[in-house]
Amino acid sequence: MTQSNRLDGGQINRDASLKFTFDGKTYHGHDGDTLASALMANGVRLMGRSFKYHRPRGPLTAGSEEPNALVELRTGGRQEPNTRATTAELYDGLTARSQNKLGSLNFDLLAINDRLSNFLTAGFYYKTFMWPAAFWEKLYEPIIRHAAGLGSLSKQDDPDLYDKGFLHCDLLIIGAGPAGLAAAQTAGRSGAQVILADEDFRMGGRLNSETFAIGDQSGGDWATATVAELATMPNVRLMPRTTVIGSFDHGIFPAVERVSDHVAVPAAGKPRQILWRIYAKQSLLCAGATERPIGFDNNDRPGIMLASAMRSYANRWAVTADRRVAIFTNNDDGHRTAADLHAKGVKIAAVVDIRTDAPTSIDFEVLAGAQVTNTKGRLGLTFAEVQLADGSARTLDVGALGMSGGWNPNVHMTCHQRGRPTWQPDIAAFGPGETLPDGMSIAGSATGAFSTAAALTTGSKAAAAALRNLGFKPKATRQPRTEDMPTNVTPFWYVEGCSRAWLDQQNDVTVKDVKLAHQEGFRSVEHLKRYTTLGMATDQGKTSNMGGLAIMAELAGKAIPEVGTTIFRPPYTPTSMGVLAGRSVGKHFHPTRLTPTHTWAVEQGAVFVEVGNWMRAQWFPQTGETTWRESVDREVLATRNSVGVCDVTTLGKVDVQGADAAIFLNKIYCNGFAKLAVGKVRYGLMLREDGIAMDDGTAARLAEDHFVVTTTTANALPVYRHMEFVRQCLFPDMDVQLISTTEAWAQYAVAGPNSRKLLEKIVDQDMSNEAFPFMACANITVCGGLRARLFRISFSGELAYEIAVPSIYGDALIRKIMEAGAEFDVTPYGTEALGVMRIEKGHAAGNELNGTTSAQNLGMGRMVSKIKDSIGSTLSEREGLNRENDLRQVGIKPVNPADPVPAGGHLMNAVGPVDAAHDQGYATSAAFSPNLGHMIALGFLKDGANRIGERMRLVSPLTDVDTEVEITSAHFIDPEGERLRA
Amino acid sequence: MHNLTPTSALGGVTDTIGTITITENAGVSLASVAARMSGEKKTTQVLKKLLGGVPGPGRSQQHDPEAGFWMGPDQWMIGAPMATHELLADQLKNLLGDAASVTDQTGAWVVFDVTGAAMRDLMELLCAVPIRTMVAGDTQRTVIHHLGCFVIRRNADDHVRILGPRASAGSLHHALVAAAHSVA
Repeated sequence: MTQSNRLDGGQINRDASLKFTFDGKTYHGHDGDTLASALMANGVRLMGRSFKYHRPRGPLTAGSEEPNALVELRTGGRQEPNTRATTAELYDGLTARSQNKLGSLNFDLLAINDRLSNFLTAGFYYKTFMWPAAFWEKLYEPIIRHAAGLGSLSKQDDPDLYDKGFLHCDLLIIGAGPAGLAAAQTAGRSGAQVILADEDFRMGGRLNSETFAIGDQSGGDWATATVAELATMPNVRLMPRTTVIGSFDHGIFPAVERVSDHVAVPAAGKPRQILWRIYAKQSLLCAGATERPIGFDNNDRPGIMLASAMRSYANRWAVTADRRVAIFTNNDDGHRTAADLHAKGVKIAAVVDIRTDAPTSIDFEVLAGAQVTNTKGRLGLTFAEVQLADGSARTLDVGALGMSGGWNPNVHMTCHQRGRPTWQPDIAAFGPGETLPDGMSIAGSATGAFSTAAALTTGSKAAAAALRNLGFKPKATRQPRTEDMPTNVTPFWYVEGCSRAWLDQQNDVTVKDVKLAHQEGFRSVEHLKRYTTLGMATDQGKTSNMGGLAIMAELAGKAIPEVGTTIFRPPYTPTSMGVLAGRSVGKHFHPTRLTPTHTWAVEQGAVFVEVGNWMRAQWFPQTGETTWRESVDREVLATRNSVGVCDVTTLGKVDVQGADAAIFLNKIYCNGFAKLAVGKVRYGLMLREDGIAMDDGTAARLAEDHFVVTTTTANALPVYRHMEFVRQCLFPDMDVQLISTTEAWAQYAVAGPNSRKLLEKIVDQDMSNEAFPFMACANITVCGGLRARLFRISFSGELAYEIAVPSIYGDALIRKIMEAGAEFDVTPYGTEALGVMRIEKGHAAGNELNGTTSAQNLGMGRMVSKIKDSIGSTLSEREGLNRENDLRQVGIKPVNPADPVPAGGHLMNAVGPVDAAHDQGYATSAAFSPNLGHMIALGFLKDGANRIGERMRLVSPLTDVDTEVEITSAHFIDPEGERLRA
Repeated sequence: MHNLTPTSALGGVTDTIGTITITENAGVSLASVAARMSGEKKTTQVLKKLLGGVPGPGRSQQHDPEAGFWMGPDQWMIGAPMATHELLADQLKNLLGDAASVTDQTGAWVVFDVTGAAMRDLMELLCAVPIRTMVAGDTQRTVIHHLGCFVIRRNADDHVRILGPRASAGSLHHALVAAAHSVA
């Protein structure tokens, strides 16, 4: 296929021919092309169908502001919808498809919508699909979504990697056009740490699209030379293909670097994109400006584009949309496009200038005081109709038409922290406001100074000023001579009398739609935007917002700045979900925490469960066991009959030291700790300030000034944070030092009647009941001298110990315990058996300390000491927490042993209604007790302490359970506690 | 003498990816030191004698055999070779007495040494420390792959030491290796 619309020159490498496909058809382009430029070189103007009316569309722009030429790139898991052909860098093997069509791009069956446009005006959804209401979700919306949409998802996993990263600099320069390059040059030479980021793959901005000189070089050559100089500076980081997408607090800028989007498949291990978080002491916005289209009937046909884009295609990519071109302009810039195209051999049919005093040319005809009123061409422009200054009509035989309605400074980044743009009458556009993000300054076209000379000068000066703020002494850089023409714009937004003149081509919003919205009472700009959808979707109205505002102003009889403007939000351009997720996907979504016995547990075939980030052994299946219940029942019975071992390392451990350690714990816990003897452990309950139970655990006093506090696994971090808050903020005068030692110690529960016999084989000290009674603790040694800690505490209700060694010996110790316990058939047990045994014993856990329960509810009301002050103790005395019939923890068992007693079920009186108003309480934890042979549960029951033995109903309408139960003590096993004191 | 064998979090794994070498350093003994009220003076005197200086905020004192870095107001982490200082916490407590609270932290942390020409590129993908302007001894608390870590810029220009939570050693190692492949 010949590249029929390829011109001479350009910044493409003609030696590198790249093959690509669009809608299945093969084309060729060159290295340096975008998908849009390569398609146009091949004579393709039609690249998509519009959102609502399915009108044929081609590129409006040559950059990231593109509303029309959206395509699906690549296939399979790498398929990416809504990608702008104008920024997609061409590579060999690129596969692209048009989107939003039924049938082919040339014969889109949904183009019928265009015929129905009178019915599909702004707000038609809201007016039309009102009845019946149920149809909206199931019928109307799916149909509309199918018909009016953009690209499609492959619904396959993205196989590529995305990284996140962090950069620091003195000065971040956003945009590498003439202003940005001059700024980087000045800043780089000063020695400051500089980052220069640009969304394009070639730095230089408009300089690559223009023909005028800077000094004795072309603008493009000057840009190339300047980039080369910057590349030699170790303090300057050049970041092409990098879009700064926002301006956040404290000089933080997110930026997406497209590392591998320009190759077919990223190299092994390399990311497709990186989301950088840039910490900049100063920032300089050199984002340039965006040209505005003009509204006239049928101004959206393929071949009609911004005049500046036309110039970019010709000068940078050596491409024209057609060999016969006209320009429609309200300013001098449009004439530049005609001159450049003429110089490339493109026939300029005419420059249509609305100004009667338009400049003239000897190279082409200028129709001063004229307007383009309409166009023709089914799939692309064929004729433009012009109304001349004398009122007569003329038809131009053209395949491409450039529109130049003036320029809008790209002030988006100045608005991300609620800054509002201000109106600049000289350029008839909004420029940056007075309130800018901290440390930000602006240079070049983004300020509204549109000439190249102004860009170079303001860029260099702004960089120098920013660096002086940081104490640098930048040297002023004398800028070379270059173009310094005034803009001479005459505001002109749309041709009088037009109706189907497109303002927002991405959302198919016309001049008529804006007028309709106004007619229907939508006066606020924000309401206009939402009613018409003007300025929404992937381009965020970069080419359309101003036109809508201008029409609103005219209809309201106000000046444009009086109507106001919407401000901009991040991201500046569409950002993939993949790069926001980074590496935190799949099994790496969050880090895991492994216990010291993990390797050993894997060897035992343990089934693991996630508990927070921890991976805990849930049970250890043995050969022949077919259900988890078999394994768990065996582990429970083995422990209660002989001895079991369980890794309890995950419980939080906080080392509390200092002269005031005991007094500190007296504040933290509602029960007393000051008088706890050295060598003793005590169960403690922590309350929140509001008197509700926060967490429970134990504190072991290893020395007068040294405690080890344990927390529940889930609350390890919140409790430590709470303790630090109390230490630093509430009692800063106490001599207390805290540090977490959760991971420093491997800790195992050894439980069961043979636990002492087992540990006697390991521990280097007297283990007798007299020497080491219930609730004793000590620093000891094991296995002939290894430092260890021993606690005689029991969660299971059995004779039990917890033994701790430094984590590095955790693996060795579990193997030693299993070896020593072989003669007792020691059984490892997991969290399920742990749960069963603590329910059998009536010990509260997270299900009971659920953020709504008080010490009273838990049956521990008397633990809240009245003789000392502790956090939460005063508010625990509130009347509302101390009513006669408050919830109390009870045990629940089925009358018929075969019946279930599910957690979450609610307790109801045996006789009476079953509804929320008659709710008596609820079951919190449930398990099958292999010792009792039926299910048991813990729960809370109104006045529960006085209702032991009562028959009730436990109902769970969600699971269709209605069981007759008996209320019991919560202590199903060994209520007298004889076993644990044995 | 006991007969239990210590195991490091990842078995002392070493990975070389491009110019980057990531090594689990299982030979570091760690203990935290927090000065008690009225013990600040003695604590700093002991540390100065031991380390040759007392590191301030954001700094470490790289010294042999004991070294240390600042963790918080009047709080430091001290490290020393495991082979000679397995009982580092006891040794420090003997020197400090009631002037400071000392806690064994050896098993709480996994230690990675990251070296190589692309070390800075790697660190930029991992955490927000200003790696390119850090000089020898600079130490920062930061977050890597959601994990609270310390990053210590060692004496060699291409060397950082990362201390992360031991239980998550595998996750942290994965993050380091994945980032190394990105910059290799």
